[in-house]
This record gives sequence, C-alpha cells and structure tokens, in this order.
Amino acid sequence: MENNFFNILSLPEITLTILTLVLLLVGLFQKKNSFKNVCNLSVISLILIIFLIFLNKNFELANYNDFFTNSAFIQFFKILVIIGSLSTLIISKNYFIELKLTRFEIPILILFSTLGMMVLISSNDLISMYLGIELQSLSLYVVAAIRRDSLKSAESGVKYFVLGALSSGILLYGCSLVYGFSGATNFQEIQNNLSSIDQLNLGLIFGLIFILVGLAFKISAVPFHMWTPDVYEGAPTSITAFFAIVPKVSAVALIYRFCLEPFKDFYSEWSQIIIFLSIASMFLGAIAAISQKNIKRLLAYSSIGHVGYMLIGLASANAAGIKGVSIYMTIYVAMNIAVFSIILSLKRNDKFIEKINDFSSISKQKPLISLSLAIIMLSMAGIPPFAGFFAKFYIFSAALESDLIFLAILGVVSSVISAFYYLRIIKVMYFDEKENADFQIIISSQSLLILITLMLFISLFIFYPSFLISISSYISVDYFIN
Amino acid sequence: MIDWPLISVTIFLPLLGALIIFLIKEDEVSSNNIKWAALWTSVGTFILSCLIWVQFDNHFSGYQLVEKYKWFSDFNFYYHVGVDGISLFMILLSTFLTPFCILASWLSVKKRIKEYMMAFLFLETVMLGMFFSIDILLFYIFFESVLIPMFLIIGIWGGEKRIYASFKFFLYTLSGSVLMLIAIIFIYQYTDTMNIKDLQGNFFTKQVQIYLWLAFFSSFAVKIPMWPFHTWLPDAHVEAPTAGSVILAGVLLKMGGYGFIRFSIGMLPEATEFFTPLVMFLSVIAIIYTSLVALAQTDMKKLIAYSSVAHMGMVTIGIFLVNRQGLEGAMIQMISHGIVSAALFLCVGVIYDRMHTREIVSYGGLVNVMPQYSVAFMIFVLASIGLPGTSGFVGEFLIILGAFKFNTFIALFAATGIVLGAVYMLYLYKNIIFGTLTNEKLKEILDLEFREKLILYPMIIIVIIIGLFPNIFLDPMHLSVDLIISNYEIANGK
Repeated sequence: MENNFFNILSLPEITLTILTLVLLLVGLFQKKNSFKNVCNLSVISLILIIFLIFLNKNFELANYNDFFTNSAFIQFFKILVIIGSLSTLIISKNYFIELKLTRFEIPILILFSTLGMMVLISSNDLISMYLGIELQSLSLYVVAAIRRDSLKSAESGVKYFVLGALSSGILLYGCSLVYGFSGATNFQEIQNNLSSIDQLNLGLIFGLIFILVGLAFKISAVPFHMWTPDVYEGAPTSITAFFAIVPKVSAVALIYRFCLEPFKDFYSEWSQIIIFLSIASMFLGAIAAISQKNIKRLLAYSSIGHVGYMLIGLASANAAGIKGVSIYMTIYVAMNIAVFSIILSLKRNDKFIEKINDFSSISKQKPLISLSLAIIMLSMAGIPPFAGFFAKFYIFSAALESDLIFLAILGVVSSVISAFYYLRIIKVMYFDEKENADFQIIISSQSLLILITLMLFISLFIFYPSFLISISSYISVDYFIN
Repeated sequence: MIDWPLISVTIFLPLLGALIIFLIKEDEVSSNNIKWAALWTSVGTFILSCLIWVQFDNHFSGYQLVEKYKWFSDFNFYYHVGVDGISLFMILLSTFLTPFCILASWLSVKKRIKEYMMAFLFLETVMLGMFFSIDILLFYIFFESVLIPMFLIIGIWGGEKRIYASFKFFLYTLSGSVLMLIAIIFIYQYTDTMNIKDLQGNFFTKQVQIYLWLAFFSSFAVKIPMWPFHTWLPDAHVEAPTAGSVILAGVLLKMGGYGFIRFSIGMLPEATEFFTPLVMFLSVIAIIYTSLVALAQTDMKKLIAYSSVAHMGMVTIGIFLVNRQGLEGAMIQMISHGIVSAALFLCVGVIYDRMHTREIVSYGGLVNVMPQYSVAFMIFVLASIGLPGTSGFVGEFLIILGAFKFNTFIALFAATGIVLGAVYMLYLYKNIIFGTLTNEKLKEILDLEFREKLILYPMIIIVIIIGLFPNIFLDPMHLSVDLIISNYEIANGK
C-alpha cells in the first residue's frame, strides 16, 4: 500500500472534526447571517469529505488499536450518509429561514451527528460503535427539540431522548455481556474467540439480543419504533427529513456489519430476530400508515416499512443481500430527499404542508410538482418502471437466493398493502376536486437542482441501471472476499 | 427487410408523442393541437404495426424482427423484443384501438386534456412493450406499468364512484401480479435465463411447476378475469370513461389470456395438465354464472362488462384445451372480443354522451330516431352473440369444436353460454333500440355524426373481414401455436 497522505485511515473523520470545530468558531464570532454562512460552509466541507472518502484507498490498516476499519461497503455507506446530510442541509435552509429558526448550531449539530455516523459505520469495536451511536444520537436529541417555543418539538425531543437513552443503556449492557462472555470488544477478536464454540451460551445470546434491540431502536424497526411517528411529527420538517434519511443509513449499515462480522458464524441465532423485525416492520409500516392524516407521520410509517425491506437483505446473509441493501438504501435516500425537498418548499395558503389533504387540487396549479410527487409515491410503492421497483426486486432476489421464499412473499404482500396509502396521496392530488387553494413554491436553485437530479434518477433509472448496480456488485463481492 | 429497429420504434413512438404533448402548454387554443398530436402519434403507431405485419413471415415459428441488448450488467436481463404468431395480433389490436380511443374522447373529455392524452399514449407504449417482450422481467415491468395510466384514467376522468373503482382496480390487479414477480425471480435463479423463448419447454420438476403455475395464475386470472376474481371488472368498466372501458375490455383483459398461453402452457406444461380441470371448472362457472348476472343488470356498461367475463371464460376454455382448434379459436375469440366489446362500449358511449345516463330503462325506441346507430349496434350485438359471418362466430365455433375433442360436457356448457349470450345481448338491444319512444328527451337525439361514423364503420368492416376470411388471421398463428402444442404434448408424454 502506497503511503499517501490521503490514505491515512479516518482522515475524513479527522478532517470533519476539525472543520466542524472551525465552523463552530465561525458561527460564534460572526454577528450577521451566521446561519446562512455556516450552512453553506458545512455543505462545502461535506463535499470535501466526499472527495476525501473517494481518495482513501486504505482498506488494510485498522489503526488506533483496531478501533476503525474500512472497506468498499463502509465507504459506500459513508458517502450515502454524507450525501444525505448535505442534501438535507441544502433543502432545509430556506425552510429554517422561513421559520425564523436561524440558529447556526443546527448545521453544526448536523455535522457532529454526521461525524458520529461515520464513526459508527466504520467502527470495528464495541466501544467505538457505542461512541459513534452516542455522538450521533446526542446531536439528534438536541436538533429534535431545537424549536424551543413549540410544545410538540420539545415533546418530541424529550421522547426521543428518554427512549434513546434507554435503548443506549440496553445496547451498552449487551456490549458488556458480549465482552464478558467472549473476552473481547474488537469485532475480529470476538469472531475469533467465538469460532471455537458451536453454540452461543446464554450470556452471549443475551448480549447479542440486547445489542440488536439497541440497534433496532436506532433504525426504528418494529417493535422498537414507537418513538418514530411522534418524533417525526413534532420535529421541524427539515429535521424530520434528516431523521428519515441519514441515521437510517448508518444504523442499517452497522446492523449489517454487526451481524455479518463478529457473529457471522451464528446465523441461526440472529436470523430469527432479524426475520421477525423485518416482517413486523413491513406489515406495521404498511398497515399503520393507512389511517394517518399527517404527511410526516405517514412518511415515518413508510420509513419503518422500508427498514423492514432492508432487513430482508440481512436475513438472506449473502452477497446478493449486500448488493440489494446498497441499491435499496441509495434509492431510499434518493426518494426521501426528493419527497422532503418538495414538502419543505411547498406552501398552501402561506402555510407549510402538514396534512395529506393539504395536497388537494395541487395538480392543477403545480402540475410538475404533483407529477414528481406522484412518481416518487409510485416508486416508493415499488411499481415499475420507477427506481423503487428495482430496489425491491434486488432485495427479493437476495431472499430467494437464500431460500427465504416466505419472507419474499410476505414482502410483496405488504408492498401491496402499502401501495394503498401511497396511492392515496396521488388520489388527493389528482382525483379530489375540492376548493381551490393557493400554492406557492419557495425553492432555492440548489435544492431545485437536487430535486431535478433525483427525479431524473428515480424515473430514468430503468434506462441506465448499470452504474449503481456495478458499484453495488463490486461492494458485495468485496465484502465477502474480505 | 428493414434494417432499422422497427419494433423499438413502434414501442416508443407513443412515448415520444407523450413527451411532445408534455411540452405543449395547455390552453384553449392548444388543446386541439394536443388532440391532433395524440391522434397522429397513435395512427403512426398503427401504420408501423401494420408494417410489422407485412414483414411478418408466416413460415417461421419463432420470434421475428428480434432486437436484443444487454441491459443490466449483473444478470442475464436483456432488452429483448420480437414478435411471433401469438403476439402479432395482440399488438395490432392495441395499435388499432388506441386511435379510436383518442377519437372517442375528442369531445367527451373536457378537463385535463393534456394529461389524458399523455396517459393514453403512455398506456399504448406499455401495452405494446408487454406484448413484444421476449424477456420475462421486461414483460413484468410493462405488465405492472399498465396499472399506472389506467389508474389515472379511471380515477381522474371516471364517473361518480371513480375513486373506489380505481383503487379496487389497482390493488386487485397488483396483489395478483406481485406473486408473479417472485415466480420470475425464482425462474431466473433456477435456470439462469429470463428468455421466454429458451424457457418454452419443460424445465422444472412437477412440484416446482405447480407452485410457479399458481403464482402466474394468480396474476393472469385476476387480469383476464376469471370467476371468482372478476369483481373489479364491472366497477372499473362502469366508472371508467368510454375510452378507458374500450382499452380495458379491448386489450388489458387479453393480457391475461396472452400470459396463460405464453407462461402457463408454454413454460409449465405438466402443471397445466394438472390444473386443467380446475380452469375448465372455473371457466364453465364463469360462462353460465356471469351470463345470468349480465341478464339481471340495469346498467348497459355493467351488462357488457359481465358479458366480457363470460366471453373470457370461453377464451380460457379454448386456451386450456391445448389443441389447435382450441388455441386458435381462443386467439381469434380474443381478437374478436377485443374489437366487438370495444365497439359495444363505444356504442354505449355514443348515447351516453347525448343523454348522460347508462340505465337501460331510460332508453327505448331509438331505431326511430337513430337508424344508422341502430344498424351499427345491431352488427356488434350479433358479432358478440356469434352470428356466422361475424368474427364472434369463428372463435366460438373453433373453441366448441376443440372442446368436443376434449370433453363433450365442456362443449355442452360452452354452447349453453352462447345461448345465454344471445339472450342478454338481444334483451339489451331490444330494450334500447326497439319499443316505443317514451322518453321525451330521446326525441331530440341526433344520429351518428361524422367522427362517430369514422370510429364505428372501420370496426364493422374488421368484424366482417374476420368473420368471412379468418385465414388471414389464422395463417400467421399456425406455426407458433403448433410449437406450443408440440411442447405441451412432449412434456406430458402424449
């Protein structure tokens, strides 16, 4: 391996830490426009970090006492996290300004949270994993409650904090059990120490379950999802966007790595839990969303459902599963950024959209926006020819490769149920002929650019799929060789 | 031969038309331009599909004019299109009906003309893509995509209960077809190919075939629709605008029959043999039961919708006989039903546009005021009954001929269905056209105008051509049908 400056392991993390601290100072010492400037600078620094991750080819060294590791899979998910964060910053800037929530701490906290996620994804040790989770979550608790004058926002922050702290406690307890019974905290060492036994003892099983419960809370898999709808509804929409997009990426990546690395020889132990989480999430996500009236709650349940599909890839535990989840996650992030960029920029009678019924009669006034939203909804429902179909297709292929036919069948059944509420949004936009309302679109040129790119991606994915698919094939092959 | 990709151009020409319409700004003046653009695109597509027919070689059993491009880098999924004797007339049916749909909505659709025309052209693209595809996943993508424009057509431009009908249509057909996706993925992992042509044969053990067959059946039985999966159809037909019903009855139902021929019989012959009694049973019930239900309807569109289910029961009997008369009869019956039921819906649309009611009781005595309309309607009613000399006769005759070879009772029930068909169709005709003109409003009603003649007369000609010269349509089918039958017979050791 060439000894290159860019190949220093965790250079992206170190750089992000330094840049975030610098930005904190910039925010502190600037009197005017501190929010806007810090926001723009954060976007620029995140773009820089993407390049640093691209340039980092160091897959071998596990430095800092083997705390961190790196692989194509990790890099891919880190890039997704950063793309998610920076797009959220871009699409929510105007929204914050409209809400007069121009506190420069918001982008700083988002950067810290992103940093935590990067640490989390590349952690190679129970301790660094916990460190990453806490850095990510603590920042998120604060941003959830950032709107101090709003009762709902405060409630969502407290709720998130209490339940999050509880789950972190369970996770930590699980870590201590795993350490106690396996004698190691490092992922490789745990795997080595466990390779001599053919069955997990009770302590290790409890440790495994507790850690999975803690992680399931972070990805909001059923039955650990209770906080999701309330937090999504209470937080300012731009923060909801962040919640829906970014922490999912990091936590799903970690739950994959945790199951497939230290505990890879004990498939039969964790697969039951994962399959249960997956089925429960898919069905609850589909059924509970039907009666929702608030668009943010609906998207919360929709994200729970999507997490269920992503876990199918883990339950199948093969290269196709890794490939499937990379494709699914990319498309999920794209769809969510697109839908939130629309929600964040759309005003009905001078008020931001909250209820699903607020979309009624939009198709006459803003045909392009409603067409985009309709395409996103069909894509989320997994109707071809849009990108969401291929996400589901690859996930189900992975399940069938591991002979999990029943899981695939339950998956398609729940996707039919969920199609109902996605269609309901189209129905509200196109079929209902109610009173005419005045729709306004306040969208900055950058977020318009993001929206257009994502819409092209979602609707034209079918014509040029090979780009994403070859990357994710490479990731899956790479993951199983190492 | 032509050296440009004729099939791809045919598939994507309507999509291009839709994109062009998308760029036209809709206002009072340009709405006419939008209609003309849509009409010319669909007429152009029809001409291209006729060109395909001209190029078609009757003495070749496999796919012709094949185009194949690697699509996905990681597995054997190709953009692979072609045409054979079975798909040829399905394609011609789709391209033939679309211009008429656009013409039929010329005045009756008043809102959102731009989106309406785009939806129809998009629908044409996906229908054609589905019939042309030689790759199962490509087939599936198009098969599912059909739901989107149809959902919008019913939901936006439909009648009073349109939202209920559109959701029922979408969810019913989606839940049927998702299992097919699992089956397709399974087939790919089992055989490492998605090529329909390579998969024709007997590649799976009987047990596997039975599961796959059920998965495909769930999708096609809902689509065609067979009793007892037909309940979405009357709702969708009644609420859809006239042109929507036309395309639904004319083409979308045929997707199910086409799928049965291609997938169930072509790929899973042993399971087909195993399930034939079930299909025959359901088809016979469909024919008798839905004919009786049709007799009890008061709504014209609902009556024709139920008659569609009954006619499709004939088609499934023909398909699952798997002999030459049966299969070819089913094909002709599908083409004939595609045109005749489409024409019947158009006929209903003609008087609905004038009177805005579909209740049979509010009409009567139309022959006095609309003589030309009465003649056209008469011909379609007789074709639907299966009068010799019309297209309906050829299909039903062949199916019953095939059924006699298979089982006399099936033939008996099928023939009963034809009699019942005559009962409800003549009942409909008598109550609308004959009798005394009691309704005051009907006295002012106008006969067919030029646009409507332009729609109905070509259809009359086609119906009579199929009835008098069925060989024009049967000749291209022979070899493809024989291939499927010989496959089936080898697999089942006959």
